[in-house]
Amino acid sequence: MADYKLKLRRFDPESGNAAYWADFDVELPPERSVLDGILQVKDREDASIGIRCSCRAAICGSCGVRINGKSALACNTRIGDAAERGRDGVITVEPMGNMPVIKDLITDMEAVHWKKIRRVVPWLLPKEEAPEGREYIVPAEAMLDVTQAMACIQCGACVSACLSMEVDPEFIGPAALAKAYRFVGDPRDGAHEERLADLAADEHGMYDCTHCFACIEVCPKEVAPMSQIMRLRRKATGDYGIKDDNNGYGHEKAFVGLIEKYGTLHEAQLLPRSFGQGSLIRGQTEPKAVKQLVESLPTGVRGLRTGKITPRKALLHPKLPDQKQVRRIFKEIHSHDERLELNLYIVGENPADEEGATAEGSQES
Amino acid sequence: MPQHDVLVIGAGLAGQRAALAAAEGGASVAIISKVHPVRSHSNAAQGGINAALDPQDTWESHAFDTVKGSDYLGDQDAIEIMCREAPEELLELEHWGVTFHRNEEGRLGKRAFGGASAARTYYVADITGQAILHVLYEQLMKHEEVYRYEEWFTTALVQDDDGRIAGAVTRNIRDGALELFSARAVILATGGNGQICDPTTNALICTGDGIAMAYRVGAPLMDMEMIQYHPTTLAGLGLLITEGARGEGAQLYNAQGERFMEKYAPNKMELASRDVVSRAEQTEINEGRGFPDGTVALDVTVVPRKRIHEALREIVNVGRDFAGVDITKEPIHIKPGNHYVMGGVRTDIHGQTSIPGLYAAGECACVSVHGGNRLGANSLLDTLVFGRRSGAHAAHAIKGLPSPHPSRESLLREQEMIQEIISRDRTGRRVSEIKAELGATMDKYVAVFRDKDGLNTALEIVRRLKEEAQTVAVDDRGSVFNQDVLGALELQFMLDNAEAVVVSAIERKESRGAQFRTDFPSRNDEEWLKHINLTRNGGADPEVSYSEVTMTRWEPEERKY
Repeated sequence: MADYKLKLRRFDPESGNAAYWADFDVELPPERSVLDGILQVKDREDASIGIRCSCRAAICGSCGVRINGKSALACNTRIGDAAERGRDGVITVEPMGNMPVIKDLITDMEAVHWKKIRRVVPWLLPKEEAPEGREYIVPAEAMLDVTQAMACIQCGACVSACLSMEVDPEFIGPAALAKAYRFVGDPRDGAHEERLADLAADEHGMYDCTHCFACIEVCPKEVAPMSQIMRLRRKATGDYGIKDDNNGYGHEKAFVGLIEKYGTLHEAQLLPRSFGQGSLIRGQTEPKAVKQLVESLPTGVRGLRTGKITPRKALLHPKLPDQKQVRRIFKEIHSHDERLELNLYIVGENPADEEGATAEGSQES
Repeated sequence: MPQHDVLVIGAGLAGQRAALAAAEGGASVAIISKVHPVRSHSNAAQGGINAALDPQDTWESHAFDTVKGSDYLGDQDAIEIMCREAPEELLELEHWGVTFHRNEEGRLGKRAFGGASAARTYYVADITGQAILHVLYEQLMKHEEVYRYEEWFTTALVQDDDGRIAGAVTRNIRDGALELFSARAVILATGGNGQICDPTTNALICTGDGIAMAYRVGAPLMDMEMIQYHPTTLAGLGLLITEGARGEGAQLYNAQGERFMEKYAPNKMELASRDVVSRAEQTEINEGRGFPDGTVALDVTVVPRKRIHEALREIVNVGRDFAGVDITKEPIHIKPGNHYVMGGVRTDIHGQTSIPGLYAAGECACVSVHGGNRLGANSLLDTLVFGRRSGAHAAHAIKGLPSPHPSRESLLREQEMIQEIISRDRTGRRVSEIKAELGATMDKYVAVFRDKDGLNTALEIVRRLKEEAQTVAVDDRGSVFNQDVLGALELQFMLDNAEAVVVSAIERKESRGAQFRTDFPSRNDEEWLKHINLTRNGGADPEVSYSEVTMTRWEPEERKY
């Protein structure tokens, strides 16, 4: 048993008062959860504290909150760990971000999270009529692959932590895009290309993700939403060649091309190549890209002013000394006919653990 | 007043499946749930769903295993229906998009489970319930014509003057408004009552609401003494470790390193039925061969690493997050824990209760397909088959019925009742105190081993708690998300459930399935091969009656695994 200090963000919509912090002391073994702490306060001191919770085992997805500022499920965050990370040992618990607060730690998930989920047409659009008297026959790996997205419990932690959504509240967001991958990766679905084209064309769609990894970090079920978003992008560009007005396609091509050529990112070339088809200096940029380039100018000017960009660096980007190694990686990747998409259900968390694991398949009788 | 043909209360697998079937049957449907549908406890079903889909397997074999597992208390007509319809139900789910595990040929892959004579459990890693629940919700979102009332708490069922069901009174949790819903048929799919016991594998929402509401309007409850203790739960917290672990080969050991199931079930070993394994563990623990924390050990390390990653990921997480144990490297301490109620609101094979227009499906119902002991991976099947049957039957049965007339009096009565709770003086005990005492009482006296004295003590305590619950104190006086007042209502539901469980357990003077009476240690088919029914009798003790077990083709035999 140890004593912990909980600082809970409280808000009573009926009081007319603003949200405030309330301090409570709880007594629990360190391996118990922050949720257990909150429930102890509710049980012993004040049962009016609002928090959704049910399973206590990180499967129902009810108790998404922010603990010491970080989105998480209260039920699978150990109270001892939270105290170590909290300032002066005090554990702060707030409602999730990016969603309106209804009361105390309860957010309006319907208004944000579920609305975005419904945006991605979240049901199977079967490719063909269901076979009579049997299942669809699909590769075992494909089912394992989408199982990672299927493991999502819709807790909203990723939505809460999403930095892109903070800037663009209309962003479809990590949870809904992971849900989209659950269909795009499912061989039984017949609308892969339409789904991808739709998500690519939407200016709040899959190219709105800025690769910040926040969703991967906070996801309690290791769904890795950002990885699912990257898979959507790879499928859109690699499998279907979907060219979109958001320049997602051009940006990816430019990025990969520059790395292959230079080994590091030639930033001065990235924008023109993303918007157009080729080098700015050689005048290969398409006219329609000029407008977007002009709009990006202030960013460049700021870079010059702060010294982040220098004319020398911008024009003469050096290749990596051992650029051949980078080329070799590209060659290795290109030599595979298929893209390898590995997820947790296939490799586990730590592939190094695999030594000694047998390659035995499922034990069918 | 919201009006619908069919009102489904509860949105786990049974409720969602019922709603979809009723909508398909042409009825206007609403589904009400006190939590968002994907928060429902069906999520927790890890291992899988049984179906004799393989041409080598037969539904008769599945049905026999189920009958034997039930210790011959299951109704064989209902079991036959469930097992016969299982393959079709499973394929329907697959066609809707459930990401079932595949074998090398891309066909559905299966795993072994307890009490089964063949491997017939189909699964999605160890998140089967979650995967099915979320896919059903996908279908529900697709069917916009099904009204969803998410986060609405139903307080009471409402009948017409002639006793026919007419609707329900429900509180919008979001703003506290109480609504009278009118419906021609109501399907209860509110799940189990595990919260009456502490610890339990059940979620905090599993408070037996539907069982209590049906009981209060006069529907008989059946087999309520039959409460399953799952063999592998974490000590203290009660969290579940799937039977799928043992299905994949995991083994049980006592503190002396003995694989003790050799003594109790030499053929099926760890995959004997759950009542048998739980009793074996509890015997080892009681006789001093367990660990000091009152547990035995489950060794998952014998399962190949690759198999653990693809099939048992969730319990790796549970072990790591909630017990600090890496189950891929060391055994984990487990014990039997409250898990499932085989009993519930008595229904026929269409889900109809004795109240006209009132149906029940899933864990809150007792058809009975599980009898004295449910087989692992039969619960998902039960929810889906009888959820669908209830929805389809209700949609058909209401055609041509006159409009119901739920009286506003029922609404006013509920309103006053809630107002009284909110405004009463805070002199009584706290909800949490009464709940904790109830949980400890059930765990002590109404668990794996029971006897007359213990059960009588439990009944006394439960009845005292019922009194105390009448004046329970609440802190929250608000309207928005007043979880405190809902807790007070749930407490009363739980106490009705607990009383029914204890009264039935006292009544059954034999040992069968999950009920083991140390004072009556054998099964007694002559006197007790029958269901115990409880009916509410005003404020007095529940009225006990009996009903026949339906036998079709399997005569009772001695049960060996």
